[in-house]
Formats: sequence, structure tokens, C-alpha cells
Amino acid sequence: MPQPETTAPAAPAAAPPPGSAPDVIHNIGYRHYDGPRLGRAYVRRSLFAQSLRGAYGLGRSARSKVLPMILVGVMCAPALVVVAVAVATKMNKLPLEYTGYAIYLQAVIGLYVASQAPQAVSTDLRFRTVTLYFSRPIERFDYVAAKYAALSAAVFLLNAVPLLILYVGALLAKMPIGAQTLGLAKGLVGTALMSLLLSGLGLVVAAATPRRGFGVAGIIALFTFSYAAVGTVQSIALMQDRTPITPWLGLLSPTTLLDGVQVWLLDVASAHAQEFAPTGAAVGAVGVLLLLGTVAGCFGLLMRRYRKVGLS
Amino acid sequence: MQIYNTTVARLTYRGLLGRRRALLLFGLPGLLLVVAGAVRLLAGRDEATAVGMLGGFALATVVPLVGVIVGTGATGPEIDDGSIVYLLAKPLSRPGIVLTKLAVAAGTTIAFAAVPTYLAGLLLAGNGGRIAVAFGAAAAVASVAYAALFLFLGIVTRHAVVVGLVYALVWEGVVGSFIPGAKALSVQQWALALAQETAAAGTVTSEVGLPLASALLAVLTATATWFAVQRLRSLTLAGEA
Repeated sequence: MPQPETTAPAAPAAAPPPGSAPDVIHNIGYRHYDGPRLGRAYVRRSLFAQSLRGAYGLGRSARSKVLPMILVGVMCAPALVVVAVAVATKMNKLPLEYTGYAIYLQAVIGLYVASQAPQAVSTDLRFRTVTLYFSRPIERFDYVAAKYAALSAAVFLLNAVPLLILYVGALLAKMPIGAQTLGLAKGLVGTALMSLLLSGLGLVVAAATPRRGFGVAGIIALFTFSYAAVGTVQSIALMQDRTPITPWLGLLSPTTLLDGVQVWLLDVASAHAQEFAPTGAAVGAVGVLLLLGTVAGCFGLLMRRYRKVGLS
Repeated sequence: MQIYNTTVARLTYRGLLGRRRALLLFGLPGLLLVVAGAVRLLAGRDEATAVGMLGGFALATVVPLVGVIVGTGATGPEIDDGSIVYLLAKPLSRPGIVLTKLAVAAGTTIAFAAVPTYLAGLLLAGNGGRIAVAFGAAAAVASVAYAALFLFLGIVTRHAVVVGLVYALVWEGVVGSFIPGAKALSVQQWALALAQETAAAGTVTSEVGLPLASALLAVLTATATWFAVQRLRSLTLAGEA
């Protein structure tokens, strides 16, 4: 520490009489920091890690841990049951496909996204911490990318862990290792696509409102409503023998879109309904493009959202 | 005691329909009507389709969702950001506040869920079998019950939306379809009982009879409101990260 150097005695508190020493600026030895700086990449990594932990309630209050942990338990329970049954009855293949797991448990995954996406962005908006983030040396891109990646990773883990349980159980039950590994790989690809799609949509809705409740309701409404609507119209179209249009209708809700893409891209059985699965290359290709386009569109909308950080 | 306070009502309306929230509330019934229009184009005017669509989609999804959004939205945000203390500090009776908010929430839910259900019924079935009227009335009754239930939840817990959604989707949707007994304990089935009575015989079926259903609906609405009043009497605002 350098000693502070004083260039002149302190001025008297009262107004100085004319002719006394002029006012001076004291140099008390403050110095610049000119060492290495951690930079944007470090901020991005920190924000990612903090958001990912936050998505499971780690580093937050005990009450915030309850819901994510319950949902993790609900996600893993069916996998454990399936494994137990498969081992006990000595099956030679799992009763469900890895890619179908997310479709069957879509309500749980939807609830998870709906409860954690607002936690990731709405609270930042409501308590105006966003402005503090942007006072650091980060760009919009860093914030959006970190939040998007963190929520996607959280959703990916939510479904990947039960898939791994299924895989380990299948190997314990001495099922053929090649087929199971291929199935797991397909399941993980599908899970990655799903987590990007669902968390993108969730974040766009959540970033539009500083109120957590409306964010939760909006996301759930988007997921369940579109799924119920598509399912209803599809079964009515089936009853009326308009089968050619049912795969196209499936493109209109996130879950059925994902199911169609999995069927076409990964060559697996549909978990939604086999008769609604895409049959031609046209539907399948449009589905893949639509899924990737939605992910890119969500990212673009989030970038636009944070061009101006306001509450309205 | 003043039962209905116009200022509280105005504030609640603003909280529910101000800014972008109205978009969400207009979007859900709008989509219902769009889907109903699409089904009409696909299937023509058909009573069985109309019953399936109104029962499985309108009454099972639209009405609970709108009920959750409106019921929790009537109090939840005010408690969440702490501005409810300014309301509670005024010389207004707590039952008056709850009843006013309940009236507003029920009215909004009817406007955004029951009226669209009636319109969708007209679109799908015309006046055949009194299906539109039956489901419109059922949705209106369910709207009041959901509004009371979710208003209560909004006062009790900060996670009212999630709890409400778990009830509306998991209990009524999933559990109800696996465990037959759970069906008798659902607002949706009680409302269907009314639809069964109103519609032409044999078109709509419910798990419970009308006398039991209406008694349960009344008890649920009254109990939820009473507990909401009790909770609001001793409300504490605890911070939570």
C-alpha cells in the first residue's frame, strides 16, 4: 500500500478569508485496476451455472426446492417401476421406447418448464436485477444465451436421468446391449430437441411478463391447450376419414410436433398415436424445419425482448 | 358490512385485464372458437362430436384454465408484490373484499369461459338437443366454483397457479381417468351433472347425480369463500426469494 501523499493542509471548515491558500485536490493514492479481467465468457458461465442450479432450487430457499424435487421424483418413478417389472418378469425388451418417455410424461415436463422458466427470467424483471446484469460487461446475447442454455440443460437432465435409469435397468435385465444403446442414443437426441423447443417457448412467454403467476399459467396454457386442441381435431378428422391431414395437424402443438419429428428422423414408433404419425417425407421434413425454426425464432424473440429492459 | 365495493372491483378488473394479461384471456376462448370452427368444417353439424368436443375440451381444459388464471389473478399478484397491505389498511371489511373479488372473478370467468363454450356449442350443434345451452350452463356453474376455489388458493399459497394447475390437469384429467372414485370428486363432473339434466336425454353422461352435484358445488363454493375470508383476516406477508 502506498502512503497517501498530502499536497496541502486541509482547508478550514469556515469560509477562508481572502488571501489564504487556494483549494487543492488531494491525491490519496487510489489506483487503477489494470490486471487481467475475467470478461464476457466468465459472466456467461457464471450466469449459466447459477440459472441451472436455480432451476432445481439449489442456492434458493428450501421452499423453492420442493416443487422441482417432487417433479424429478415423479419423472423417475415410472422408470424405476418399468425397470423393476422388466427385471422381475425377465423381459427381453423394454415395454416402452426411450423416445416415448418424454411424450408419456409431457404433463410433468410441461409443469416443470412452466414453474422454472418464470423463475429464470420473470423475477429478474420484477426485482429489476436485469439492469444490474447489463451494467456488467455483457451483451444481450450473453444473457439470453446463458438463460436459454441453462433452462434447456435443466429440462434435458430432467428427462435424461430417467432414460439412464431405464438403460441401466435394461442392461441389468440382460437385454441386448447394442439395441439398448442405440435406443438410448435416439432417446437422448429426442430429449435434446424437446428441451430446446419447450424451454424456448417457455422463456418467450415468461419474459413477456414480470408476474410469475401469469407466466406459469401462460406456459401451461400454451402446452396443454395446443395439445388438447390438436388431439381433439385429429380424432375427429380420423372419424371423418380425413386421415391425410392428421399428420399435418400434428405440427401445430409442441408435443405432437416433437413426436412426429422423432418418428420421421429417428425411425421410432409414435408415442402419441401411430395413426397420426407422419407418413411422407414432406410432413417429416416440414416438421424438422418447423422445430428448428421455432427454436431459432424463440431465440430471436428473446433477443428482441431484451433490446430494451423495461417492465412493460 | 359492505358486500360489494366498486373501487375494489375496479382495481381487480384492472389487475385481471390490464396490459397483456387480457391477451392471454382473449386467446384461450378465441382458440376454442377457432377449433370449434375447424371441427364444424371437418365434421359438419353433429351432436356426438359436439358433446365430445365440449365435454373433453371446453369443460375439461378451457374452463379450468381460465378459472386458474382469473381466480389466482384476482389476489395473487397483489399479495405477491405486497400492495395488498394498502387495501387491507383501508376501513373495508375483509369479507367484503373477498366477496367483491369473488364476484369479479366469477363474472370474468363466465365471460371468458362459459360464454365462449355456449358459442362453440351453437357453432357445433346449433340448437339440437339443447347441447349448447346445457354446456353453457354447466360451464357457468363450474366457473363460479373454480373462481371461488382458486381465489382461496391464491390467498393461501404463493404457488397457487401451480397448485391450481395440478388440480385442474392432473387430478381431473389423469387421476380421474384411472381411478373411477376420483371422478365423483371433481368440479367438472358436478358441472356435467347439470348438463346431463339440461340436455336431451342420453346425450351427456355424468358420474354423479344432480342433487348431490349441486349440493357439493354449493358446499365447495361456500367453504372456499369462508376459508378465504379467514385467511385474509390473519394474512402475513413473508418474504421469499
